[in-house]
Amino acid sequence: MNQDILKRMAQSIIDGDSDAAVALAKESIDTNMDPLEAISGGFVAGVNTVGDAFGRGEAFLPELVMAGEAMKLAVATLDPELKKRGAQRQILGRVVIATVEGDIHEIGKSLVATMLSASGFEVHDLGVDAPGDKLIGKALEVNADLLAMSALLTTTMVRQREVIEELEKEGLRQRIKVMVGGAPVTRDWVTTIRADGYSEDAIGAVALAKKLMGGA
Amino acid sequence: MTSRIQSITNPRIKLQILSEEDIRKIHNATLRIIDEVGVRFPSKRALEIWADAGADVDFERMVVRARGELIEAALRRCPPVYSLAARDPQQDLPLDGNHVYLGTDGCGVEVIDIANGERRISRLQDVRDIARLGDALEQIAFHWVPVSAQDAPVATRGLHEIKAIWENSSKHVQTESIYNVHEAQVAIEMASMIAGGRRALRNRPVLSLMQCTASPLGHDGGSLDAALLAAEAGVPTGFMTMAACLTTGPATLAGNLAVGNAEVITGTALLQLAFPGAPVFYAAAQTASDLRTGAYTGGGPEDFLFGGATNALADFYDIPLSMGSFATGAKEPNWQAGIENSLSTFMASASMADMLLGAGFLHGSRIWSFEEMMMDCEIFSIVQKMMQGIVVDEETLALEAIAAVGPSGNFLTQKHTRRHMRELFVPEFMDRRPYAEWESRQDGAYDWALAKARRLLAEHEPAPLERGLSEEFDRMIAAAKASALP
Repeated sequence: MNQDILKRMAQSIIDGDSDAAVALAKESIDTNMDPLEAISGGFVAGVNTVGDAFGRGEAFLPELVMAGEAMKLAVATLDPELKKRGAQRQILGRVVIATVEGDIHEIGKSLVATMLSASGFEVHDLGVDAPGDKLIGKALEVNADLLAMSALLTTTMVRQREVIEELEKEGLRQRIKVMVGGAPVTRDWVTTIRADGYSEDAIGAVALAKKLMGGA
Repeated sequence: MTSRIQSITNPRIKLQILSEEDIRKIHNATLRIIDEVGVRFPSKRALEIWADAGADVDFERMVVRARGELIEAALRRCPPVYSLAARDPQQDLPLDGNHVYLGTDGCGVEVIDIANGERRISRLQDVRDIARLGDALEQIAFHWVPVSAQDAPVATRGLHEIKAIWENSSKHVQTESIYNVHEAQVAIEMASMIAGGRRALRNRPVLSLMQCTASPLGHDGGSLDAALLAAEAGVPTGFMTMAACLTTGPATLAGNLAVGNAEVITGTALLQLAFPGAPVFYAAAQTASDLRTGAYTGGGPEDFLFGGATNALADFYDIPLSMGSFATGAKEPNWQAGIENSLSTFMASASMADMLLGAGFLHGSRIWSFEEMMMDCEIFSIVQKMMQGIVVDEETLALEAIAAVGPSGNFLTQKHTRRHMRELFVPEFMDRRPYAEWESRQDGAYDWALAKARRLLAEHEPAPLERGLSEEFDRMIAAAKASALP
C-alpha cells in the first residue's frame, strides 16, 4: 500500500504534474503517512529519476523545472504536517535569492531558485529589483547560509559588490556565502568583489551551492 | 579622409520565409495578445500616455491592453524612410529598405586583449579602440557601444561611451547602453551639439537609441522614459526583442515571433502616440534557449530562421529593421563561429534587414575579439558579393571572348577578363595557398586578422571632433554625475 503511493508520488514528479503531487501529498497526510518518508521515498525518488535522465541527455530543462515545481508544491503541502510532528526535513542549506536593485530580469534567477529547491535547498526568492538591505534582512531572518544575486546589466551588477561590502561591514561575511550570476558576471568579477563563486547556468549553480555547503 | 561604407544594395537574391498570409496571422495573433493578455509598461509616463489614448490600463500591475485599431492607427504614423546621420555626411545611412548596413555588436563585458591575447574585463579605452577600428573598416557602417566601459562611473557610463565613440569615428552612433532619462537627456544634448542644434539634430540625427524589451511581454521603465525623450527630440529609437523559445517565449517559432512582435509594436506605438511621426525602427534578436541548460545560445537554425523572417514583419509595418546576426556562441573564432555568423548574416541580409548587429563578439555577445571583428567583416563582404547575384546580359555572357578563345586555350589574357576580373572576390583571411606553404608556416585566418587589426589600430586616424567639443562633453558628463541620484 505504502509502496503504491510512493510510486505514484515519484511519478507525479516525473510527469511534472503539480496538481497530482499536491493531491498525493494531501493523501499521505490523510492516511497518516510519515511526511519525511513521503518526501525521501516518494517525491525525491521522482526528482532523482528526472535528474538521472537529464544527465543522460534524455530529459531536458523544462522537464527538470516542472519536476522541481511539483516538488516545491508537494513539500509546501507537507510542511504543516512536518511542523506538527516536530520533524525536520533534511535540507542542504538555506538560500536567499534575488535579482539586484534596479534590475528586472528574472528568468535565470527563477530557474536557479527552482533547481536549488528541487535539489533539497530551502529557497527564499525575493524576486527582482531587490534592494541590498532587503536581501540581507531576509538572510538574517531565515538564518540563511547562502545569498544568491543575479544581474543582467553591468550597471546593476555593481550592486552585488555593494551587498558583499555591507555583509563584510556587518561582520556577516563568514556566516553567509555569496554566489552571483547573470550574463555580465565573469570569473574576474567574482574575484574582484570577493564573492564565493558564480555559474553561467542553473545546473552549475546547484553544483556550486552544494560545494559551498561543504558537500560534493 | 572619407571612408567609403560598404552596404548591401539592389539585391539579386530574394528570400521569403513567411508568406503574406503567415504575416497576417502573426499580426492578428499579436493584436489579440495585446488586447487580451497585455504588455507591461513599468513607467508612469507611459501608462498615462496609454490611458489618454484610450487603452485599458491597469496602473497597479502596470499592464496595458489595447485594441487593434488603436495600435494600427498609431503605427501608421511611423515614417517609413529616414536616414541615420554621421558626423561626416558622406557616411549617412539611408534606411530606405534598399540597404543592409553592418554595425559593431554590443554590449560585451570582456575583451581578448589585442596585445597579449588575454581575456580581461572591458574598459573605456576598448570602446575608443574599437570605434577607431570601425572607423577604418568599410564594412562597418555604424557603431554600437561595443563593450561596457566598466572603469567608468555607473551613473554616467553610457555618456562616457558615446563620447568615446564620437571622438574616434565620424560614423553614426547607436547606443544600447543609455536606458535612463538622466543620461538620455545629456546624450541628446551632446548629439545636438554635434549636429549643430536641436533642429539640425532632427534633420540629421547623429545618434540613435536602442532599448531592449523585457520578454515576455514587458518593457524596462528607464528604457521607456529614455525612448520617449529620444522620440521627442527626433532621435531614432528602436525596441529590441530577444524573446527566446523555451524560456521567455513559446517553444514554437511563430509563437515566439508573436510575443516579440507584441513587445516591439506596443513600444513603437507608444512613441507614436506621444510624438506622431517620430523616427522609429523595429529591432529583434530572437533565439531559442538551449534545451539542456536554458542558456542563451548565440546561433542555431532557429536564429537563422528568425533572422530571415523578421524583416517581413518590419516591412509589414513599413519601418526599418535592426536584426541580430553574427554574435556566435563560439568561444573562439572557429568552425562554430564560421557557421553561425555566416548563416545568420546571410539570412538577415537576404531578407534585406536594414541594420545588422553585429560584428566582433564571441560567446554570445560577451567577449570582444579583434580577430573575430575582422573575420566577421569578411563574412559580410562575402555575403555582399553573393547578394549581387548573377547578372545575365550581353556583356556577361561574353560571347565575343568565348569565340576569341575557341575550343581549348584559356581566358587569362582576354580584354574581357581584364574588364571584369576585379569583380571576382579576393579574400583577406581565407587560406588558398598551396598546402606545403600552410604546412611550413602553420599560420592562418586568426593571425592575419589579428595583424590587420593591430595595423589599423596603429595607423588609422579618424576625423577629430570639432574643436572644444570634447571638453564641453567632459563638463556635461561631470555635471550629470554630480546631479545623478545615488
